[in-house]
Amino acid sequence: MTMVQPQPTGEERTVLVVPGMHCAGCMAKVERGLAAVPGVSAARVNLTARQVAVTHAAGVSTPALVDALGALGFPAQPREEELAAPPSAVKPLLAPLGVAGFAAMNVMLLSVSIWSGAGGATRELFHWLSAAIGIPAIAYSGRVFFASAWGALKHGRTNMDVPISIGVILATGLSLYETVTGGATAWFDGTLMLLLFLLAGRALDAAMRDKARAGVDALLRQAAPGALVVGRDGNVEWIAAPLLVPGMIMRVAAGERLAADGEVVSGQSRLDNSLLTGESAAVPVGVGGTVHAGTLNLDGALDVRVTAAGQGTTLAEIAKLMDASGQARSRYVRIADRASRLYAPAVHTLAALTFAGWMLVGHAGLHQSLVIAIAVLIITCPCALGLAVPVAQVVACGALMKRGIMVKDGSALERLATVDRVLIDKTGTLTLGRPLPDPAVLDALEPDAGRVSLALASHSKHPLSRALVEALAARGIAAAKLTGVLEVPGRGISATWLDATGQATPVALRRPGEATVMAAALDIAGRPTWLIPFSDRLRPGVGQALQALAGLGVEASILSGDNAGAVGEVARATGLTAEAAADPLAKRDAIARLQGAGRKVLMAGDGLNDGPALAAADASIAPGTASDVGRQAADLVFLGDGLDALPRSIRAARRTMAVVRQNFALAVGYNVLAVPLAMAGLVTPLIAAAAMSLSSLIVIANSLRLVRAAK
Amino acid sequence: MTGLALLIPIALGMGLFGLAAFFWALRSGQFDDMDGAAARILIDEEGDDLP
Repeated sequence: MTMVQPQPTGEERTVLVVPGMHCAGCMAKVERGLAAVPGVSAARVNLTARQVAVTHAAGVSTPALVDALGALGFPAQPREEELAAPPSAVKPLLAPLGVAGFAAMNVMLLSVSIWSGAGGATRELFHWLSAAIGIPAIAYSGRVFFASAWGALKHGRTNMDVPISIGVILATGLSLYETVTGGATAWFDGTLMLLLFLLAGRALDAAMRDKARAGVDALLRQAAPGALVVGRDGNVEWIAAPLLVPGMIMRVAAGERLAADGEVVSGQSRLDNSLLTGESAAVPVGVGGTVHAGTLNLDGALDVRVTAAGQGTTLAEIAKLMDASGQARSRYVRIADRASRLYAPAVHTLAALTFAGWMLVGHAGLHQSLVIAIAVLIITCPCALGLAVPVAQVVACGALMKRGIMVKDGSALERLATVDRVLIDKTGTLTLGRPLPDPAVLDALEPDAGRVSLALASHSKHPLSRALVEALAARGIAAAKLTGVLEVPGRGISATWLDATGQATPVALRRPGEATVMAAALDIAGRPTWLIPFSDRLRPGVGQALQALAGLGVEASILSGDNAGAVGEVARATGLTAEAAADPLAKRDAIARLQGAGRKVLMAGDGLNDGPALAAADASIAPGTASDVGRQAADLVFLGDGLDALPRSIRAARRTMAVVRQNFALAVGYNVLAVPLAMAGLVTPLIAAAAMSLSSLIVIANSLRLVRAAK
Repeated sequence: MTGLALLIPIALGMGLFGLAAFFWALRSGQFDDMDGAAARILIDEEGDDLP
């Protein structure tokens, strides 16, 4: 549904998703182009979310705005509200981060003078000031950790936040006690710095998720927004997909995707079911035929009576399967949590042993023993550990994003790094999933025939015409001059061609009469007819990508819903083994079998029928051209035509995990050095602050090496 | 000590001012579109008659 909010001045606000915007030039074009539409008073682009908010008079319709953007060269869609942006993960962290930063800096300023030798009344004053700044700041910024730790403890579990919270609360309490009793050392600076570093790690992790999600959402929200519905009195009205109800008649033009399941009441066409079933051959339908949401109408206009819409469609069946399939994923425990399971008990045992040791053996007294035990807690607080995972993952995801691979969250990289088996869907993943003209025939076309066919095809929205325009334009061919262009749906386009000498020739681009393959026929009066065959092609660079996968020790095979003949052809061309005619359930079971045999499976797929398999696999990747279900279920989405995204992302994920392990080693190594000092009672707040910053900086520097991870 | 009595409130005041400015920026939506803000500065002003 479109978001339309009434404004006090009688104006409305509409938010459109424009995935094609990516630079300042695009922003200026979109904002100025929309402002020039009559009735529009303002347009403001949000580039991060790839959206534009338009304020306009009540009379301006959403399709008019979409058309205006289309004329500027930016395909746009009204925003679907049920897929509205999930609450940003990073925003709630910014305010605590700001407060912790402010407090840490000011308290550090005061601490430096204490370390430099300020004594007596000055030290006491500075301690009181530190407490006045530090305690509210710790209470505010620390909530992030306290809440999460409490949540874990309530359920009898523990996580990284439990040792952090215990350390922070004990250190704050001790510092307050020292301040009140006029003691020599307070730990407000170290505690605040710890919070600052940890919050920075969290904020980075969240920012990465937000950024990837914004990119995926921009793609997601442009899916099947609605249909033209024919009313009783014959007028046609555009209705959004969620408002479609059974019984409505929707008119589906050639080149449009169906928004609901239904039955054909008039018209004849062929449908591309590849997103729904993986079947690559177009299926002819006539009056009385059953059609499904998500299929693409190829040839002629159809009138379809809606039999099921929204939750009632075939999609709902697949969605149910997907819900039941995400177990491998929910069972996965992130590496940071696994580390803290070992780390937290170790740290707490050490601190308790230190306290007991000083009390019983060292006879240091309650206060002294407590101070030393808390110093151990602070020095071991996982400051560098908190940064070890997110910084490495943020840097790697940034590198992958520059290569057109969007990673939805950090745990996807962790799971991807373990993969040793990949299953690839055929239609749309191994192949491009759209009909492309035979390049050999295009090479053989006379130059003027090429120009004429480009001009003819550019007048049609038919998928074959669009593919022809794209292929010819890529060859640098310019369109010929035509007059009297006429498109007959289901038949083709005819026109009169005026060549350079001014001679007029009737020309046509039409559906061939008796061709068995998908093709278009080009007629130029006085010349023999050209037949341009179309077929789905393998993605460029498939061979190298598969070789690279083999080099990584990842075994690949095809898992397709298409018929055995079509799959066999691709299997021979790629040299892969294949399983054909697999329905969504069979695909999911194939993955479960491999997982049962101890393999870690990566699923690469695009269709609705791949949804359950994408959700069930240990990690999954989908092309940007995939169905919205595919993009939603996949962990990674790659843009562009090449399949090299698969080996590239696996390689990057493995390098990332190698760096994460190094980071853990560095952080633990620092503890091995620092903990004996702390247990011996030799650590002062100055040493703690220096050690904490140094270990964090080393971990960050090590992670930055991943900038080139996606090469 | 008189120096401190003057300088510390000044230092804290400036820090608090910065924190308040950050909160204001956060509330007024300046962190909503980081990419757009970076690109917006490159948009030329309207009007081709400018030299």
